[in-house]
Amino acid sequence: MNLTLRIWRQRSPEDAGVMTTYEVSGISEDMSFLEMLDHLNEELILAGDEPVAFDHDCREGICGACGMVINGRAHGPERTTTCQLHMRHFSDGDTIDIEPWRAAAFPVVKDLVVDRSAFDRVIGAGGYVSVPTGSAPEAHAAPVPKPVADLAFEHAECIGCGACVAACPNGSAMLFTSAKVVHLNVLPQGAPERESRVLDMVGAMDDQGFGGCTNTGECATACPKGIPLQSIATMNREYLRATLKGAGRRR
Amino acid sequence: MALATRTAKPPSLIGSVWRSTVGKKAVMAVTGLIMLAYLVAHMLGNLKVFFGAGEFNHYAAWIRTIGEPFLHHEWFLWLARVALSAAVVLHGVAAYQLSRRDLAARPVKYRGRGRRRASYATRTMRWGGVILGLFIVWHILDLTTLTVNPNAQEGRTYENLVASFDRWYVSAFYIAAMLALGLHIRHGFWSAAQTLGVGSPRRDRLLKALANGLAALLTCGFIAVPVGVLTGVVS
Ligand code: HEM
Ligand code: SF4
Ligand code: FES
Repeated sequence: MNLTLRIWRQRSPEDAGVMTTYEVSGISEDMSFLEMLDHLNEELILAGDEPVAFDHDCREGICGACGMVINGRAHGPERTTTCQLHMRHFSDGDTIDIEPWRAAAFPVVKDLVVDRSAFDRVIGAGGYVSVPTGSAPEAHAAPVPKPVADLAFEHAECIGCGACVAACPNGSAMLFTSAKVVHLNVLPQGAPERESRVLDMVGAMDDQGFGGCTNTGECATACPKGIPLQSIATMNREYLRATLKGAGRRR
Repeated sequence: MALATRTAKPPSLIGSVWRSTVGKKAVMAVTGLIMLAYLVAHMLGNLKVFFGAGEFNHYAAWIRTIGEPFLHHEWFLWLARVALSAAVVLHGVAAYQLSRRDLAARPVKYRGRGRRRASYATRTMRWGGVILGLFIVWHILDLTTLTVNPNAQEGRTYENLVASFDRWYVSAFYIAAMLALGLHIRHGFWSAAQTLGVGSPRRDRLLKALANGLAALLTCGFIAVPVGVLTGVVS
């Protein structure tokens, strides 16, 4: 199929950047969206042009690197990562707009590549559990009820792709942060830091310049891993609980 | 990491709640729910207008006597006014500060047009809130302080109300504001449940139905009064 691509080109963080139009032909519907971009880049390199920079790593939907906004939607029309999006979801002659994640906390590095290290700082603030050193504990020492294990797994699925932030009209990282907080807070292994985790991670999230949540639900619609909107309510509850508990201890 | 001790004096409860986006949103939810509870009572009281001037003015006079003899005359009314003013101001200031932050966090719009999931009510919370704020100021000047009321007779609440709504453009503004209120509550009530962490997948449908029910009830109940005046049922 033949396509018209309008891609955000920006040489450096300081560069103003501009949407640039490219025509590509001979695209197979079995190609992934990233393979389609590879195809374009080969042509650009042969023509002596600068290839389009985009982030990618696993190409199997588990690393979360390949974020880009396709026709105004994070990761494009299907609820999956860009690397798992296939060209059969587009038609011959389509014009496709491709832009980087837009959020103050995710500055553009080059073209479609953004700096998502703000997420790392949120994780660093509380996305860990403390374990005693020494030999590994007996696996059955801390029983985890099945519903709790399921809930933790559901939230552990978050791959940190940033689609939630990109889709949110407020550039809010509430879905990401709640996935991380809920994942560890429901498990017995996460219990010792239950209060400090949510307070510190929400604090770090605010410090990174993400917006607040207005419960529009755009994040959960965009999330390729199906983290539910409910997680945000759960994190809010954990936050308020920790705050009130801290207040009891404060004299 | 786990050994790091926190030696700094913990910040005050109010300070840390107000500084955090989650805490500030909780303030909005609580103040919003306080205003919502008040509005339900206010709407029900307003409907007494359909029983005529005598009963309505008697009801208005009774409000001033609530809590007596424990409270002095009008003390309850003033306590309610202070609490509601605090709620409006806190709600408005938090809304303003959070909105500023939200807009700054998403400085560049997308060229591509995605599909929007958010409902009309969700997308109009900010402008709807501004309309409600302006409405509250006008409403107090019209029927509480009587500054802009054409009748302006202290104690004759019924006559003041009829005189005000007899002007079609005043009724039109009032009705528009009540539609904005309905939209605000439609998203706001459910949103407050999310913010306060009481929402759950099991309760989601119930909460959404409650939000729609409350919004419809308040809007229809409030609009009934100017419609009554315009159609001559109340005169
Ligand atoms: C002073 C005028 C007002 C302004 C400027 C205002 C503004 C706002 C804004 C910007 C939001 C956040 C919207 C969002 O998260 O998407 C909000 C939420 C809310 N508002 Fe208002 N509003 C006003 C008056 C009212 C009134 C009179 C009520 C009473 C019924 C009310 C009830 C609520 C509730 C319950 C919420 C939900 C809080 C939450 O999401 O946690 N608001 N308001
Ligand atoms: S919550 Fe979903 S959209 Fe957000 S970073 Fe995690 S996987 Fe990506
Ligand atoms: S490249 Fe790893 S998720 Fe797409």
